[in-house]
Amino acid sequence: MNAKIIDRVMTVVFYAIALLLIVILFGLIGYILARGVPKLSLTFLTGPPRSLEAGSGIGTPLFNSLYMLFLTMVFTVPIGVGGGIYLAEYARPGRLTDAIRAAIEVLSSLPSIVVGLFGFLVFVYYTGWGYTLMGGALALMLFNLPLMVRTSEEAIRAVPHEQKEASLALGISHWRTITDVLFPSALPGIVTGAILTAGRAFGEAAALIFTSGMSSPPLDFHDWNPLSSASPLNPFRPGETLAVNIWKVNSEGLIPDAKEVAAGASAVLVLSVLLFNVLARFASRYVYRKMTASKS
Amino acid sequence: MFCVGESLTTPAPPRPVWIAERWATDEAETDARESAREASESAVAIETRDLNVHYGDVHAIKGIDLKFYRSEITALIGPSGCGKSTYLRSLNRMNDTIPSARTTGQILLGGVDLNRPDIDVWALRKRVGMVWQRPNPFNKSIYENVAFAPRFHGVKKKPELDEIVERSLRAAALWDEVKDRLHESAFALSGGQQQRLCIARALAIEPEILLLDEPASALDPISTAKIEELLFELKKRYTVIIVTHNMQQAARISDRTAFFLNGELIEYADTKTIFTRPERKETEDYVSGRFG
Repeated sequence: MNAKIIDRVMTVVFYAIALLLIVILFGLIGYILARGVPKLSLTFLTGPPRSLEAGSGIGTPLFNSLYMLFLTMVFTVPIGVGGGIYLAEYARPGRLTDAIRAAIEVLSSLPSIVVGLFGFLVFVYYTGWGYTLMGGALALMLFNLPLMVRTSEEAIRAVPHEQKEASLALGISHWRTITDVLFPSALPGIVTGAILTAGRAFGEAAALIFTSGMSSPPLDFHDWNPLSSASPLNPFRPGETLAVNIWKVNSEGLIPDAKEVAAGASAVLVLSVLLFNVLARFASRYVYRKMTASKS
Repeated sequence: MFCVGESLTTPAPPRPVWIAERWATDEAETDARESAREASESAVAIETRDLNVHYGDVHAIKGIDLKFYRSEITALIGPSGCGKSTYLRSLNRMNDTIPSARTTGQILLGGVDLNRPDIDVWALRKRVGMVWQRPNPFNKSIYENVAFAPRFHGVKKKPELDEIVERSLRAAALWDEVKDRLHESAFALSGGQQQRLCIARALAIEPEILLLDEPASALDPISTAKIEELLFELKKRYTVIIVTHNMQQAARISDRTAFFLNGELIEYADTKTIFTRPERKETEDYVSGRFG
């Protein structure tokens, strides 16, 4: 009798927790969108930011965010997946592996402001680059690598051991077993890791203030030569991302419509992350089907 | 049995009915088995000499000498943990993949010792195929499951691969069931079909030896019957070595039976001898169902 009551109560409790999470999520997103969406327009999305008068756009920061995301994923995903493969397939139990795991733990728990200051010292000061998108991308890589390594490792370990044995027993090399048997099955898990990583990169501000700066030089959106200094594609130029822009406008912006601009930019940020999420899952499902012939 | 003296005077204990029935009905086949017993040295497909496997400090396989003959099915039986699966896995050096395992002794395939460190393990595994207890097809299409290994081993042309896939699936008695959906996921197949796909996958690289580790124990009786029927076909062209927990299965399908206990080979003879008049008491107790 008693056990029955407790069972019922706990069922209700867990449903309530799930409901609470959903309410928080939708409340938050709804609030951000309700405040920001009215601000959205083509000129807002594409125009350059202004420092004094009203009518700021977020074109440059939005582009910087996307480009920064691309740059940091170029470093994070291959190295992270490689690290995951090493830990899942090659690392033997022992001191070295323990040390690597401890290093990953510590790296993942570093506050982003500390990573930012470290990035400032290394990528801004020692390299002599100054504030650059590249420096920002590398700083983002530093605290995203642990997450990428761990999710990749878990995704690879989750592939049944029998699959690997079957491949090896057919005389297939270890490398081809990894690429052709383990990787396709692990792909959805790896993509989840990449999406989490991308979300963090997209929303990060603290680490970027000190590495990629809080402003962009005047950009010529007709010049796509990555080597020219006014080109948006030049990775060695300063560039504030959307998240940094929101922080800047809110804390030290001099424009009269700072609140509206920040709200609009926040909505764009949230929508971009959601859009990226959906696109990444869609692409991953397409590739997964190609590789495995499955239907889901 | 309370003491040794009494057990010597006790008449042979009654065997399970199925053993009597198994050999009462088909005398002709029994005769064929008797002659198989005198198999010549040249018919040896693979043999081990003084094979030992250690897992860390555990001595799992203790000095096994065994010869397996071409075009025969040899069953390895014994209670759980007796080392029969470990022994089977050592024949294509799958124990190499377990870091703590150490294998000593000789494994001779065509006169060449496979257990030497300089042996090309990939080439060896191409000659010794393996099928597991639980069906473990790759997360790929039916076609790719079979074509994957031949492609890795150098068959690049599509028509050749098509031919290998069809031949292997036919040999595994699966072709008619899957020929219209070769490019669907292997996971969509039933358990029995998946297991036959795994056999097809192993046959695709044309091994000389086929190792099966309880291939039917996770399957329903109808699928099991299909697999057993298939093994009869396969033994015409391959040397089949099968680990089984099911003694009826060993009695039904095998030509020779090896009984393992605690990592040692207790008795090895043609299957009828093992089941009807074994020399060792342990074998007698096991096949008549007194332990294990």
